[in-house]
Amino acid sequence: MKALMQWIDERFPLSSVVREHITEYYAPKNFNFWYFFGSLATLVLVLQIVTGILLAMNYKPDADLAFASVEYIMRDVWGGWFVRYMHSTGASMFFVVIYLHMFRALMYGSYRSPRELIWIIGMVIYLAMMVSAFLGYLLPWGQMSYWGAQVIVNLFETLPIIGGPLSEWIRGDYVISDITLNRFYALHYLVPFILAGLVFLHLVALHKTGSNNPDGIEIKKGPKGNRWSDSAPKDGIPFHPYYTVKDLLGAVVFMAIFLAIVFFMPEMFGFFIEKPNFEPANPLKTPEHIAPVWYFTPYYAILRAIPSFAGTQVWGVLAMFISIALFFVLPWLDRSPVRSVRYKGPTTRLALGLFVITFLVLGWLGIQPPTTSLTIMSQFFTLLYMLFFLLFPCFSSAGQPLPLFAKGLLAISIFSVLATIVYWWFLWSGGPTFTQKISYTALTVLVLYLLGIKPLIKPELTKTVPERLTK
Amino acid sequence: MTDEDVEMTEENVNTKRRLLTIATTGFGLAGAAGLAVPFAGSLLPSERAKAAGAPIEVDISKLEPGQQVTVEWRGKPVWIIQRTPEALELLQGMADRLIDPDSNSNQQPEYAQNPTRSIRQDILVLVGICTHLGCSPQYHPEIGSVTFDEDWRGGFLCVCHGSKFDLAGRVYAGVPAPNNLEVPPHRYLDDNRILIGLDQEAS
Repeated sequence: MKALMQWIDERFPLSSVVREHITEYYAPKNFNFWYFFGSLATLVLVLQIVTGILLAMNYKPDADLAFASVEYIMRDVWGGWFVRYMHSTGASMFFVVIYLHMFRALMYGSYRSPRELIWIIGMVIYLAMMVSAFLGYLLPWGQMSYWGAQVIVNLFETLPIIGGPLSEWIRGDYVISDITLNRFYALHYLVPFILAGLVFLHLVALHKTGSNNPDGIEIKKGPKGNRWSDSAPKDGIPFHPYYTVKDLLGAVVFMAIFLAIVFFMPEMFGFFIEKPNFEPANPLKTPEHIAPVWYFTPYYAILRAIPSFAGTQVWGVLAMFISIALFFVLPWLDRSPVRSVRYKGPTTRLALGLFVITFLVLGWLGIQPPTTSLTIMSQFFTLLYMLFFLLFPCFSSAGQPLPLFAKGLLAISIFSVLATIVYWWFLWSGGPTFTQKISYTALTVLVLYLLGIKPLIKPELTKTVPERLTK
Repeated sequence: MTDEDVEMTEENVNTKRRLLTIATTGFGLAGAAGLAVPFAGSLLPSERAKAAGAPIEVDISKLEPGQQVTVEWRGKPVWIIQRTPEALELLQGMADRLIDPDSNSNQQPEYAQNPTRSIRQDILVLVGICTHLGCSPQYHPEIGSVTFDEDWRGGFLCVCHGSKFDLAGRVYAGVPAPNNLEVPPHRYLDDNRILIGLDQEAS
């Protein structure tokens, strides 16, 4: 055995890679509940690839055959229903896990220097997941598949000049058709492998800087020497066996929940598999009520909230893309002298709490039918979503002078708030009631004051960060 | 000039190498760009997809006042609706609630740029695809107070994003859709037959 390892190591650095990244990779000793989700995301990705390949063996990417082939998998293939429900549940659970993983990064400042690239690669992974989920949703060729794809591809058509040709290029046709289905299938098979490559890059970058932790303290800068090594950080423990065992426990609990969903509520009351998708695609009839799958609904609510202006509806599409793009620049928006929310001030905690609420409410709004009172609510929460990012430099600065770009963002925030209020009161004919206008105006101004103005007048103080990890 | 004439100074050699490197990289990039054209081009609509747009003929002899018929043309729904006289009358008082009451934007052939947006006053022919993001709106001929509008004069509601259109396919102000519904090219073969997909000949 030893001879074999030596034979390999002379030709491939197996032992040293295992040492560097597993048995002698020192991670902070204070990881908590929130640190399960990285390994769980990898687990779900593997499950998705395995079940996806099995499904591909019986699925037919043809507009005339696709719907029936999915039913064939469900009824006639041995264990087919299990594989398919694993795959459809996996898609939703992937997003559950990733949203929690992202929230962890938001709380503990894991996106901050020197970990900007980990965060950005992670955001690219999130985008690739969205692309993959969207492509995959067309494949069952149900009503929601068809009309969902119709709406999303038409987003590109709103772009000036290139919009029309671009959406035809994506569809390969003038409408969603057999041609579109065929290519979406090909791409849906490709993207997961790109995802796997991105996950690899995510981990390479992570192991370069080392993991962050709930305290946001750099263990590499702390004292050295632990029971395994004199040169390793004192507050680090080897990834294996400590965190492999911890992650294994997480995986067991997660799989119990996952399989309970697969066995007892695979449709999750229409959230994981929407009801109109049990009807084959009909290009002549949009379902009574269409909404994307739950993980897209916050962005969908933002898209719907923005009215058309100057003869084009590109603004809603822009707002939607901006709302995702803002995540990418977050590392440069956070000006706080401390990293973790544990040591940030109350305004930052308030802002983070508001952002979580905003994301959830937008998600809820995205599945509701559009009415005037829900539209003004969507507009308010869309504004709140944007303000969280635009005002981040203000409420996180803790008394440090604002750089020029931050002043610019503050100016944009004030302008957006004023423009929205003017729209509510003067430009929206047949719009909201007086009470609605008053309440939302007051709330908007209050948020602008709390997150943008007050921190500048009375800077919030951060707590002192201890030198060593706490529990 | 032969090779021996050039002195082998570091400067000379480096210039030559740099030139060669630039030329090689340039050729490589040009090759990659050349490859990208057929690769990306293969994703464009194929000849078969382009040919699928043949005109279709619809018989409207059995269409009753207020009734909607949906047919498929180029994979899209096309509606043919016979409007009642009351509905036609209501179209006139709509201007202040619409973005483009006079159909100035290029959403209909010239022969349908009129108050009813049609060739024959009562018969409305529309592509049933919302100008917002491509859902197919629902036909709501009822008049009065409905769940989505307190003063509804009949028309179409897109349930996807709440856009509203009147019975000439004209878009309401304050909804996401920016444009009136499209009137497809069409012509009357005789009183009861419409050909959708070909323009009316200039009269």
